[in-house]
Formats: sequence, C-alpha cells, structure tokens
Amino acid sequence: MNILNLFVIIPVLTVLGIMFVKDYKGARMTAAIGMSLQLVAALVMTLMYFAERKAGASGEFLFYTDITWFKTLNIHYTVGVDSIAVWMICLASIVVFAGIFASWEVQYLSREFYISLILLATGVFGFFISLDLFTMFLFYELAVIPMYLLIGIWGSGPKEYSAMKLTLMLMGGSALLVVGLLGLYFNSSAAGPVTFNLLELSKINFPMAMQRFFFPFLFVGFGILGALFPLHTWSPDGHSSAPTAVSMLHAGVLMKLGGYGCLRVAMFLLPEAANEMAWIFLILTTISIVYGAFGAIWQKDLKYINAYSSVSHCGLVLFALLMMNKTAINGAVLQMISHGLMTALFFALIGMIYGRTHTRNVPEMGGLMAVIPFLGVSYVIAGLASLGLPGLSGFIAEMTVFVGAFAHTDTFHRVITIIATMSIVITAVYILRVVGQLLLGPLREKEYLEFPDARWYERLSLVVLILPIAIIGIYPAFLSGTLADAIVPIVERLTAML
Amino acid sequence: MESNSFFLMRNELILVGIAMILLVAEIFTKPEKKNGIITLAAVLFGLATVANFFPVPEGTLFGGSFITNPMTVFMKSVLNIGVFIVFLQSVTWLRKEENHGKISEYFILVISTLIGMNFMISSGDFLMMYIGLELATIPIAALAAFEKFHEKSAEAGIKLILTSALSSGILLYGLSFIYGTTGSIYFVDIVDKISSNPLQTFGLVFFVAGMAFKISLVPFHLWTADVYEGAPINITAYLSVVSKGAAAFTFMIILFRVFSAVTEIWQPLLYTLAVATMTVGNLFAIRQNNMKRFLAFSSIAQAGFILLGIMQGGELGMTTVVYFMLIYVFTNLAAFGVVSAISEATGKENITDYNSLYKTNPKLSLIMLLAMFSLAGIPPVAGFFGKFFLFTAAGAKGYYILVLIAVLNATVSLYYYLRVVKAMLIDKSDEPIGTFKTPWAMRASLLICVAGIFVIGFASAIYEYISSISFGIN
Repeated sequence: MNILNLFVIIPVLTVLGIMFVKDYKGARMTAAIGMSLQLVAALVMTLMYFAERKAGASGEFLFYTDITWFKTLNIHYTVGVDSIAVWMICLASIVVFAGIFASWEVQYLSREFYISLILLATGVFGFFISLDLFTMFLFYELAVIPMYLLIGIWGSGPKEYSAMKLTLMLMGGSALLVVGLLGLYFNSSAAGPVTFNLLELSKINFPMAMQRFFFPFLFVGFGILGALFPLHTWSPDGHSSAPTAVSMLHAGVLMKLGGYGCLRVAMFLLPEAANEMAWIFLILTTISIVYGAFGAIWQKDLKYINAYSSVSHCGLVLFALLMMNKTAINGAVLQMISHGLMTALFFALIGMIYGRTHTRNVPEMGGLMAVIPFLGVSYVIAGLASLGLPGLSGFIAEMTVFVGAFAHTDTFHRVITIIATMSIVITAVYILRVVGQLLLGPLREKEYLEFPDARWYERLSLVVLILPIAIIGIYPAFLSGTLADAIVPIVERLTAML
Repeated sequence: MESNSFFLMRNELILVGIAMILLVAEIFTKPEKKNGIITLAAVLFGLATVANFFPVPEGTLFGGSFITNPMTVFMKSVLNIGVFIVFLQSVTWLRKEENHGKISEYFILVISTLIGMNFMISSGDFLMMYIGLELATIPIAALAAFEKFHEKSAEAGIKLILTSALSSGILLYGLSFIYGTTGSIYFVDIVDKISSNPLQTFGLVFFVAGMAFKISLVPFHLWTADVYEGAPINITAYLSVVSKGAAAFTFMIILFRVFSAVTEIWQPLLYTLAVATMTVGNLFAIRQNNMKRFLAFSSIAQAGFILLGIMQGGELGMTTVVYFMLIYVFTNLAAFGVVSAISEATGKENITDYNSLYKTNPKLSLIMLLAMFSLAGIPPVAGFFGKFFLFTAAGAKGYYILVLIAVLNATVSLYYYLRVVKAMLIDKSDEPIGTFKTPWAMRASLLICVAGIFVIGFASAIYEYISSISFGIN
C-alpha cells in the first residue's frame, strides 16, 4: 500500500478511536498515540522519499497512486509528493504532535475537542498529498470548517465573532477557488478529457485570456488563507480567540496551505498570468509584510502580537513566491517551515503563560524569567528565531528570500525589496520589547513565585518544536539542498515565457 | 394492453393499491386500534419503495401520454425514499389524541399526491402533466390544513390552495399558447414546432412562471414561508423535499424534452431566477428565528442552486440535479426530523430554544450539525458533492460569474446554518430543552438520513448510475 494513504487513515482511525473512549484522559491518550504514529509515519516517509531520490527515482512526484473516483467527471483520488510536500507534511505532523501536548489539559468537551483538532489535521495532510484538484479542494475545506467549532467552543474573548469572521472569510476564499478550479477543469480539454489532475494540467499551455481571467481567482482564493492584504483581517481575530493548539495549528500549518496552494496551483498552472500580474500582488504582499509588522508593534495582547507577526511573515512567503526565481522560492519554502515551527512555538508558549498568569496583556506581566525559566528561555529562542538571528531557522529563511529578491535588478523589485527588508528591523522592535517587558525586569506579582515551571508534556511540546528550528538554523543544507527536484520544474514553467 | 405494460406503471399501481388497502383497513379497524394503520402504512410503503428499485422495461403507454424509462423510475424512487422517511417521522405526531380520527386520511392524501407527482414525472403530454400536477397539489392543501383547530394551519391550507390555483392558471394560460401554435399537446409532436416566435415565447415564459410557483423560486416564493410555518411540521418536510423535488424534476424534463430548441430563451430566464432565488432566499433566511421558517427560506435558496444544473441542459445537468435532490432528501429530512422530534417532545421551535442542546441531547444535535453542514455544502458530508457538481454543471456552460454568485451565496448560507450550530454547541441557556427519549420510528428515520448523508457523497457508484441513465437535450 502507498504510504501516503496512512496520512488520511491514521487520523480517521484516531477520530473513530476517540469516539469510543469515556473521559478526557482516554481522549488525549488516544489523540497522542494517533499523532505520534503520524509523526513516525511522516519521518519514515521522508526517509523513504529521499532514499528513492538517491536511488535515482526521477518522477516529478513519488509514491504516485491514482484511483478513479467519479468516472464520468474524471475525478480521481490521486496522491503523490515532491520534496516541498514532504517537508510540509513533516511540519504538519510536528505541529499537530506538539499541539496535542500543548492542549493536554483541555477537559471541557475534550473528546469533541480532539476530534475537531484531528479532523482539521486530516484536512491538512490530505491537502498536501493530493494531486487531484477536486480532492485537494475537499481536504482544504475539511481543514477550514472545524476551526469554527474549535474557536467558537473552546476559544476565549470575542470567540463567536472571531470564529464566524474567520470561517466566512476563508469560505469566501474557497468560493473564489471553486471558480478558478472549474476554470482550469473545463479549459483542460485541449489534450483529452477534462481533468483535475495537477500533473496533466501542468502540461497544458492555457490561452492567455483564460489565464488572465482565472489567475486572480486562484491566487486570491489561496491568498486569503495566506493572509494576503487586505483580506488578512480574519487572522488577528481568529488567532487571538482560538485555543492554544488551534492557534498553533492554524498559524503554523493552515496558513501554509495558502502559500502552498498559490505556488502549486495558481502560479504553477497559470505561469504567464502569474508573471503578468505579479506586480499587483507583490505590492499587496509588501503591504502585508510592513503593515503586519507595524500592527504587531501597537498590540499589547501577546496573541495579537503574534497574529500580526504571522501576517507579516506569511506575507513574506507570498512575496518570495512572486519573485519567481529558484533562490526566492527556495526561501519561501524555508520560510513556510521556519515560520510554521516558530509561530507554533510562540502560540504554545503564550498558551502556557496564559494558563499561569491568566492574562495575555504584556504591561500586566513582568519578570517571568525568574519563576518559569524553561518557558522563558523557550520564548527567547522563539523570539530570536522570529527576528532572524543567525543560527536559528528564521535567519536562513529570510536571508534566502531577500537574496532571491535582490536578484531582480529593475527599480520596482529593488524598491519593494528594500521596503520589505525594513520589516526585519520592526520585528526586532516588537520582539525584543515583549521579551524585555514580559520576561525580564522585576517580578510583577508575588503570586508568580508559586508558578510551576513547564510540566513534562509542556516540555515535550516545546522541545519538539525547538529542535528543528535549531537544526535548520545550524545545518540548513539538509533542508534547502533537497528542494531542487520540486522547485526546478516550477521555476522552469514560470520562466519559460521570458 | 398487454400484461407486460402494467409494469410500466408499476409504482403508480402499487401506490394506488396501498391507498385502497388503507381505505379498507380504515373501515374494518376498531377505533381503539387505529394506531395499527400507521404500522401497516409504513410497512406497505417501505415494501413499495424497495419494489421500485427492481428494473422495469422502457416504454410508453396510452399513445405516448405516459413514459417510463430508467430515469423516471429512479426519480420516483428518490421521491419514495423521501415519503418513507416522512412517514416514519410522522408516527408520533399521528398518535396524538387530536389526530386519532384522521390517520388513514393522512396516508391516503400523501399517497395521492405522490401518485400525482409520479404522473407528472412520467408525463408525455401536457394534459397528463397538468392532471398530475393538480393531483399533487390539491391534497397537499388539505394536508397543510390538517391541524384545522390551529389557526395557522388553516391559514396555510387556504394560502396554499389559492396560490396553487393562481399558478395553475398561469401555467395553463401558457400551455394554451403552446397548444394554439403547435396544435398538439404531445411532447413528441410539439418539440419540432417550437421556435422563438413571440406567442410560443409567451407561452414558455408563463410555463416557467407557473412552475416557478411550485418550486417556489423568487419572485414567486411569497407563499412559501407562511405555508411552511403554518403547516404541521411533517407536511412542511414533505412540501420542501418531495413536492419541490417532483416539481423540479418535471420542470427539467419538460424543458429538455419540449423546449430543447429554444434554450437561448429559457437559459437567461433561469439564470435570472437562480440569482434572485439564491440571494433573496439567503438574505431572508438570515433573519429567521423560527426553525420552520428558517428551513423554508433555506429551501428556497437551495432551489436556486438546482437551477444551475437544469440550465446546463445536458446529461451532466440532469445527473447533477437528480444527485443533488437525492442528497437533499436525506439532508433536509434529517434537519426536519430533528426539528420535529424536538417540537413533539417540547413544543419548542425557535433557534434560541436550541441553546445548549448539545449538553442535553447530544445525538440529536450531532444529526442537526451534520444536516446543517450538508446543506451548507461542507465536506466530507454529501452536500459538498451535490453542490460542487451543480457548480460544475454551470461551469460546463461557461457561466463562471453565475458560479461565483452561487458559491458566494453558499458562503452566506453557511452563516445562518452556523447560527443553528452555534446555538446548539456554543450558546449558553438558562433553561435548555430537557433530555428526552426519541421514539423508535424517529430514530430509524434519522438513522437512514445520517447514513445517506455520509454514504452518498463518497459512493461514486450512485453518481455513475444516475449519469448512465440521464439524458439531455439531443
């Protein structure tokens, strides 16, 4: 059997398993076991993938399986991965694994909580393995809708408002996607029957008029999930109202679906329109980057700070993709992974700190480093990774992105690249200020002294996230060196017309 | 007539038989044993539903007035399933003291309308279609007024019969133009003589308007919410699923069979109606607080989506419409089943009454949740597939803007479907609906619905089967 099917089967079995347990302990145990298996499967799959590549497997996608589903409509269940998808799946399994342990103490309707969380994960995994656009879209929607319940039921603050806003905006995005996907589908008949198959679609040169019409639908449709300005407004509200594990998963993985979709579907399949319209979206993403960073400065709520920082960092992903050269796209993928890990780490820490102080308002806290050193140090690591300190993953990612962006020598690209790089400075401002206020300085309240430092499950959750951040930072080649097989065909197609 | 040709009318004859048996049983049943009729009717009808799945030969009867082919048989099966579920859901309601004297009437009236709908679907000429339509409409008015001691129910009956009379008049007026210009009522004769001449266009427009009343398309929908709210809940379910489905099927078949030469006239008509119906239905549904009215407007919006498939005009369109209706039967009846169960147990029908329902009745809430997601078109439940394929049908015609409007409407509809979910799972309530035990018949019906909601989407074989028996224009 194809190992990729495991990424749908394991979560589904886990969900079924959770339905039959009695209390919250059983639920979290089942969830933890299921997601540990998932993590192991992801690692095994990664090793297998690179073993096959080394052995000379040359297909664009490995582990390719194609099962006909709706025959008359030519809809298939097609799975396969290239190196980008492999790393995305690894990222998702790590974040989900960490998320389960970060939400170890959810007791209110805990079974329902873990079921929704894992359903969301199913959608994410399914999305990354799918090569049939219909199946991909199905998983995409499956990943979005549990968010409503997760935020609405277990969230905090104006949770109902945030949940509804997030759901409707993302579903509005998928409305655009439907149009775009159908456009691809019905214009694919040039080379045989109409198809949703990504591989077959990528061999077609669509007429320019068609590309011009459908590219905005696809790019904006996925872009909403990638927090493209001005359609990012769901993100700060959604992230700050969501429970810990959901913020982690959402900012860490779900937003990457947007970037991945923009690259894999919108730009890869409609390259000429992508080239033609890149400038519009480059301006928008530059605004995202700078605006997100400035937004973060003004916030006092820890979660809002990170949500805006996510807007900024995810903007950088789309920005890099639109630069359309090997280095920049390589940087975009690195940034997706790096930001996924780092933001998940942030949100996990915020959840843990909030669990102790019962506030997320930065000015109300102070001196936490002295009482909860493990969490404090982890927070500093996350912060340093976020502002791009060499030795951690953020530096590698941002560096690669900007090197790629500077490869364009015309004035327009130069100017927006320079504007975008400014965000690094602003990031440093808000990160360091929070670290200073929150962790250092005198102890704010007496009761802080009674805070327990990280418990075993919290430590596990954090370590799982910190390790890869450090590894990528110290030895990035193991990641960036493997991406060529996926990026080369995409860049070739994107630059074929130039 | 050969004995073999009886098979062509198999479903209709069986239904007439059941109606007869129930009439006779009514006479010979002692008043205190009247409840037995409910079981008898449910069992007989269940058997009839199963029987209709066996294949029958194709052919025509009465000189082309009555057409049987695999598609019409399948459409009738879809309706049968709907009626069977409605019967199961009405058991508790019928056992009430106040309905005791009218049990067999209920079944006979429903079955009569179903026979009418079967004739509509199988009709080969306008006369047969019209007779079927009337047979399908008039008893429903009696059903809507079934709880005649409730003012609203009586009002619903009157409203329904008046609007039906009006719409039938409009329909007949249109048909008279068709007859006048072509000299025939038979579909096979008319089809060659239809062109875009003004009189025939006039007739077509009136025909579309008349049918739009039956399917409750905007702007012909004004009766819907009042009737749905006033009628007993099981009748509302029947109206919004079976009755609407039959009208949509008939509408589609006649547009394909008779007006195939003038697609350029009715496609823009349907385009406009679809946009208006989806948008207005959605906007009104947002404001509703009564569950029955809420579902009424949601079903208006859903009818707008069906038009997307009809408009395509080919095999793909017919397949998607029938497939969508099949899913819609299970989905909408699941929603109505839960509303009905709660209404029977507590008398509460407002969305705010459902606050914290998940705490007290988790299973019913989950079924409602599934139904809402399926109506909104969220994967992995069947509604997603139904909707997506309807969009595909419209996309096949190149109506991408229409698809965009439709999907945006689907997003808006998600808002109000989520309102129900929010009430059940998120909102707190001081006095939630107490935990109650759902009667077995209702459980059985909900179980069937849930199975349908889960299975039909993934079971591509069902779609393939429908596709294999579909026909389009040419």
